[in-house]
Amino acid sequence: MSENKLTGAEIVIKALKDQGVDVIFGYPGGAVLPIYDALFKQNDLRHILVRHEQAAVHAAEGYARSTGKVGAVLVTSGPGATNAVTGLTDALMDSIPIVCLCGQVPTHLIGNDAFQEADTTGITRPCTKHNYLVKDVANLARTMHEAFYVARSGRPGPVVIDIPKDVQFAEGPYVPPTEVKHKTYRPQVKAELSRVEEAVELIANAKRPIFYTGGGVINSGPLASKLLTQFVRMTGYPCTNTLMGLGAYPASDPQFLGMLGMHGTYEANLAMHGCDVMINIGARFDDRVTGKLSEFSPGSKKIHVDIDPSSINKNVRVDIPIVGDCAHVLEDMIRIWKARQKRPDQAALKNWWGQITEWRKRDCLRYIHTDPIIKPQYALERLRELTRKHDTYITTEVGQHQMWAAQFLPFEEPNRWMTSGGLGTMGYGLPAAIGTQIAHPDSLVIDVSGEASFMMNMQEMATAVQYNLPVKILILNNQYMGMVRQWQELLHGSRYSQSYSEALPDFVKMAEAFGGVGLRATKVSEVDDVLNQMIDIRRPVIVDMCVDQKENCFPMIPGGRAHNEILLGPADQLGESMSRDSTPEEGMVLV
Amino acid sequence: MESTIEKHTISVLVDNEPGVLARVIGLFSGRGYNIESLTVAEVDAEQQVSRITIVTSGTRMIIEQIKNQLDRLVPVHRVRDLTDEGPFIERELALIKVAGTGDRRIESLRIADIFKARVVDATLNSFVFEMTGTAAQLDDFIGLMRQLGLVDVSRTGAAAISKGAASL
Ligand SMILES: Cc1cc2nc3c(=O)[nH]c(=O)nc-3n(C[C@H](O)[C@H](O)[C@H](O)COP(=O)(O)OP(=O)(O)OC[C@H]3O[C@@H](n4cnc5c(N)ncnc54)[C@H](O)[C@@H]3O)c2cc1C
Ligand SMILES: Cc1ncc(C[n+]2csc(CCOP(=O)(O)OP(=O)(O)O)c2C)c(N)n1
Ligand SMILES: [Mg+2]
Repeated sequence: MSENKLTGAEIVIKALKDQGVDVIFGYPGGAVLPIYDALFKQNDLRHILVRHEQAAVHAAEGYARSTGKVGAVLVTSGPGATNAVTGLTDALMDSIPIVCLCGQVPTHLIGNDAFQEADTTGITRPCTKHNYLVKDVANLARTMHEAFYVARSGRPGPVVIDIPKDVQFAEGPYVPPTEVKHKTYRPQVKAELSRVEEAVELIANAKRPIFYTGGGVINSGPLASKLLTQFVRMTGYPCTNTLMGLGAYPASDPQFLGMLGMHGTYEANLAMHGCDVMINIGARFDDRVTGKLSEFSPGSKKIHVDIDPSSINKNVRVDIPIVGDCAHVLEDMIRIWKARQKRPDQAALKNWWGQITEWRKRDCLRYIHTDPIIKPQYALERLRELTRKHDTYITTEVGQHQMWAAQFLPFEEPNRWMTSGGLGTMGYGLPAAIGTQIAHPDSLVIDVSGEASFMMNMQEMATAVQYNLPVKILILNNQYMGMVRQWQELLHGSRYSQSYSEALPDFVKMAEAFGGVGLRATKVSEVDDVLNQMIDIRRPVIVDMCVDQKENCFPMIPGGRAHNEILLGPADQLGESMSRDSTPEEGMVLV
Repeated sequence: MESTIEKHTISVLVDNEPGVLARVIGLFSGRGYNIESLTVAEVDAEQQVSRITIVTSGTRMIIEQIKNQLDRLVPVHRVRDLTDEGPFIERELALIKVAGTGDRRIESLRIADIFKARVVDATLNSFVFEMTGTAAQLDDFIGLMRQLGLVDVSRTGAAAISKGAASL
């Protein structure tokens, strides 16, 4: 090899290291063998072998979300790349920074229907923030650095680099990250000051204000959460989080109203509906949050802070749009608030809190405890108590269990909660837990799971066992695709079409077959003991928590309804308002 | 709320890299936006910058979304709404083939003259006209030719530029 030239494969490894990557999640194949060879010859960069490429991306997402770093993935051409597509789409929807390297057939065979060829850049164009096909090794180092820059800057997201096999073998120059500057891409982080001033005035004069904060605060980094907490406390105003924003504001704080939206709390949704000033920081007015758009918070002035201008005025017209990074904007807001010696209207605020306290008294997360049948909410309440003193990270799958986890588990800091919000990908939780555990080897990492979701990526138990990762899979086993069953009960006349989890495996034996530990609880008296064992065992554990099969998740705002049409618990369930006939057509078509 | 449909001409400067046009078009098809016309060509060979001109229509909110979504694409340098930002010139070129003999043939030639369309190909029973103008002028001319033996039309879509000294 000639001096200061490296092979493409070596350039990839060097660039990864220079970008601060210490772990890459992947799966080998013909088109990436040169990179796997280069990996073999070094010891700094750790490779985690997953059992399915989708899981590689989810694991990288868990790693990224729990550390704030970019997650790295390596997969082969063709089926390797197509298997990664669900993970990439998931990362795009939830704004998770990922760099995914894909092998490709050699350049001269591209377009020839060569063995294991797929049009990877074509397939991944709509499900990545950006993608590249590197046809010349001379561009490889630059492209690698650019990809990391694009993935983590502005609104983060997944970036794919497709690298033909001949480019991995070819020799080329290496350039360090410091010498690479993107030609065009410069997201705006610092907001227009006059806008922020305008916002502060509006905030200070509010009578019934609410902070509605989301995943953007987490994306921005821990400083943003600190500043948010500081500002919210300075104002004394109530604060609610989206599903993606949980942890951005401490759950135990008295000013926190819990999650809002379809399965959010009564007080958060009614406060959103009745507020006069809404301060949206890093949330995107998702349909799961707004409900019926025409009746969404009808009387309020709205401030929206977002780094992505296309998030602003997309679904909801706002009065003060602020393009910028949450931490930067919050810093400005706090500074201006202090400089202008702002004082909220205490009398109005007292009234507002009085109203909120009334709403809180409905105790919307109340459920009917039963014995010996385990309610899923009860299992999570016990989990909350028994993990209090632990350094805990929670991931979830998708379904009722996910919503109950969001409602019942307290997140005091950012980066502790990993869930698939935008795409709602069943099978996300276990690989995400693996990625999280890799990043935090001594912490307690728990995947709150459903029996159906678990089976979508359960092969990853083998990964957990191989790397001695003590991840805990807490299956709230209701023997149903519970979320689907709930909708069928409420909106399709209890016709449970294909939503029963037939022919379930014995999860305890399955854990053992994989080389992990299996535990089961079938009655209330066993819950604490099983959870304690799960927490203490330093190996992968599957808990088969057999819960009430017919429990529904409340509160719930049915599709197409407004916030103030929220349904609370079983009593409302029987009411006329739930019948199929009274649900507007436009609501029925919504997912 | 603001549901009137507006027509806008948008200029976009992009890095002329593989896939950039697919990204722009994918954005429109993926999100269900309307494209009335789209033209693209390199305008700076040294910097490898291309200019895309898009004529689109939608409500105010959709037009704003389109611009923001375009701006968000990584290889996009600049997005400008010419319709919003003041007076601009818009031109389109069309090649129009008309077949016929006798009076109809003579009439087509006469109308072409009025519209300043040039004959760029002629046989004993056909003409190909070349015409430059606004989309509306081309529509008018083509409409008339339809009654005089229109056979084929090829249009480029609009190219547009702002009036005055300022650059994009
Ligand atoms: C079964 C199910 C039920 C659900 N129910 C609910 C529910 O009841 N309530 C709920 O809230 N969600 C629910 N969701 C999740 C929902 O689908 C959305 O994923 C979620 O509401 C989006 O959260 P967000 O608005 O915080 O945006 P995110 O998807 O987290 O997006 C972040 C926003 O912040 C911006 N941003 C990124 N970085 C920065 C930065 N540095 N500075 C400023 N801005 C930045 C981005 O541009 C983006 O607009 C549910 C999901 C599932 C699967
Ligand atoms: C990959 C994928 N397929 C289908 C769905 C639709 N879906 C949403 S929730 C759900 C049921 C989940 O069942 P389970 O994991 O048992 O959780 P539960 O709701 O019972 O807690 C389904 C099928 C999805 N979100 N993801
Ligand atoms: Mg289930």
